[in-house]
Amino acid sequence: MKKLLKNEGVQSLLASLLCIILGLVIGYIVLLFINPSGAFDAIIDVIKNFFNYSKSALQMKNLGNTLAKTAPLLMCALSVLFCYKVGLFNIGAAGQYVAGACASLYAALAWGWGWLPCLLFAVAAGALLSLIVGLLKAYFNVNEVISGIMLNWIGLYTTNMILNNVKETTSPYTLHLSSANPSAILPSMGLDKLFTNNKYVSIAIPLAILAAILIMIVLDKTKLGFELKATGFNKNAAKYSGMAEKRNIILTLVIGGALAGMGGALMYLTDYEQWMCTVSSVPGMGFNGIAAAFLGGLNPIGTIFASYFIQHITSGGAYVDKTMYCSQISDLISSLIIYLCGFVFFIKYAINLYLARHESKKDTRFTEKELSEVKAKEGGDAE
Amino acid sequence: MTLLLQYTLIFASVLMLVALGGCYSEHSGVINLGLEGIMVIGALGGALMMRYLPSTLSPVLMVILVILGAVLFGVGYSSLLAFACINLKADQTIVGTALNMLGTAAATVIVKAINTAANPDDVSSTISYVQPKRAFIININGFEFNWFMLIAVVVLVIAYVVLYKTKFGLRMMACGEHPQAANSVGISVYKMRWAGVLISGAFGGLGGICYILAGVSEWKFENGVAGFGFLALAVMIFGQWKPLRIALAALLFGFFRALSNVYVGFDFLLALNIPSAVYNMMPYIISLLVLAFTSKKSRAPKAEGIPYDKSMR
Repeated sequence: MKKLLKNEGVQSLLASLLCIILGLVIGYIVLLFINPSGAFDAIIDVIKNFFNYSKSALQMKNLGNTLAKTAPLLMCALSVLFCYKVGLFNIGAAGQYVAGACASLYAALAWGWGWLPCLLFAVAAGALLSLIVGLLKAYFNVNEVISGIMLNWIGLYTTNMILNNVKETTSPYTLHLSSANPSAILPSMGLDKLFTNNKYVSIAIPLAILAAILIMIVLDKTKLGFELKATGFNKNAAKYSGMAEKRNIILTLVIGGALAGMGGALMYLTDYEQWMCTVSSVPGMGFNGIAAAFLGGLNPIGTIFASYFIQHITSGGAYVDKTMYCSQISDLISSLIIYLCGFVFFIKYAINLYLARHESKKDTRFTEKELSEVKAKEGGDAE
Repeated sequence: MTLLLQYTLIFASVLMLVALGGCYSEHSGVINLGLEGIMVIGALGGALMMRYLPSTLSPVLMVILVILGAVLFGVGYSSLLAFACINLKADQTIVGTALNMLGTAAATVIVKAINTAANPDDVSSTISYVQPKRAFIININGFEFNWFMLIAVVVLVIAYVVLYKTKFGLRMMACGEHPQAANSVGISVYKMRWAGVLISGAFGGLGGICYILAGVSEWKFENGVAGFGFLALAVMIFGQWKPLRIALAALLFGFFRALSNVYVGFDFLLALNIPSAVYNMMPYIISLLVLAFTSKKSRAPKAEGIPYDKSMR
């Protein structure tokens, strides 16, 4: 048991679970304040998500919907995670996601490209946007959080402006891919059959998981990953040992941007949602990515599960009783979880402190036992 | 022209208040990235006051109580940041970001709950304050003077004096430059940092209510404050963490923000035929450019962002 607790991974898992539980409890308390009578049902509805349906076919179909949105979220989370491992906080993932959405939709609707070129174009767009952040950080010492936020807004307004050219005439939404250009929809490779013919389930999900594995290999097993992490730990030490620290900062952000941009394509090329050209706030996908990355203990594999969990409760918010509560309660819970993730360091510290105390207590007990043995011996001698 | 001046001044007031808040927090050694969320919660505090106070109240009392509401909400909310970052030594970037998301989410949930409780069909996150808003505004020949323009100047003077001319301010700055040294001469770093963050909460809340009173008379809390907290951080960096420079920087940024509101009133700007989105982007583009030119020789407090650990002394 104690050996298990000492394990770094187990500690991370425990800390994440604690964050989730505390987040849900505080969310429940908020619901209690709003309306005590339905609070428990509401929080259960959020947790149940697609289990709210009784038929298993419908459950699978709605699980498919949640998974379809988990894929882009996972990409955004990986973007945040990758940059954070190199000591950069990529809050611009939200804007890079938007850039990816913009590029893929415009290429699909205006130029009639197929899905693969659209996807690659989105990757390039995300990378380009974060290249700006990288250049500003490396050459002008601009804090990446502030430039990232500024570019989120610039990206949002630009996207609205560009996609305004390919929108439906009567609504603010972009054209449906299924009618305008079906060749741009991501292929499903038979995956839709598993989820009661849910046409939104596509190769996006395996692609995102593949990306997570790839990121793990790059970070842990390659020279590039080692160099990037070294730059994150200490920029000057990395420079001193002959690494191109400026190039590493830029490269990290470009890779992060590419991941988030791909997330945008994985979302909108499924035709699950259309872009609303009058949207006035940056979509929450990138910000939820921050939650998923930290909840996953900054481990690519952990992030897969954390992304699913965050999307699960975000989708679950749609099932609360709308006469009493609003669906934003799930945003509240996921932002609480990020806040609590800030305490992970403290939680681990507390666990280690507990272990250390426990051990030292055992040590003293042992010496006491020894002492009494010695005393007994002494007593025996005296007899 | 008057309209441009009016909007420039009111947006500059918002940016100055919030940037001064950030300045206090950073001088004490804590990076406050949660200003955006603090603004939303402060705006919520003020807006709730306006909603529930009787409209027959005298304007002076109304102004005071609304400001009080915003400040209290801002201070309360910023204590979440202070507790996590100072006492628990949490990562200041993560906690700040969390507070930004939490601010908008919490405000939306609260306002929607209030609206739905009052009228089951109303699921919007909007509070309207047409009547109470009049207490804040004096019309001088078409120029709408807002009390917050004066308040911003007063706050600027106080912020300057407290930071540079009092024992408290100088001690606080010591905690942001070299907390170990400050502690060794008997200054409590924790207390000073708590004070810095709470002051930034008060100013941030004030900026929040000022922002939603600028121009509009109802606010949809789902939208948050559109990155204004971060613009204020850019103003603070451009102002090199110095109150007077911050005031000038705020005027510059306020001008570009105001342009997007009033550019339709200028024939020569309309003739350029630039889409409105470009004007909306302007403040963000300007701040990127300005940051690119000023961050290189940045004079940030040396110990900002590093949790203070006594055992490291």
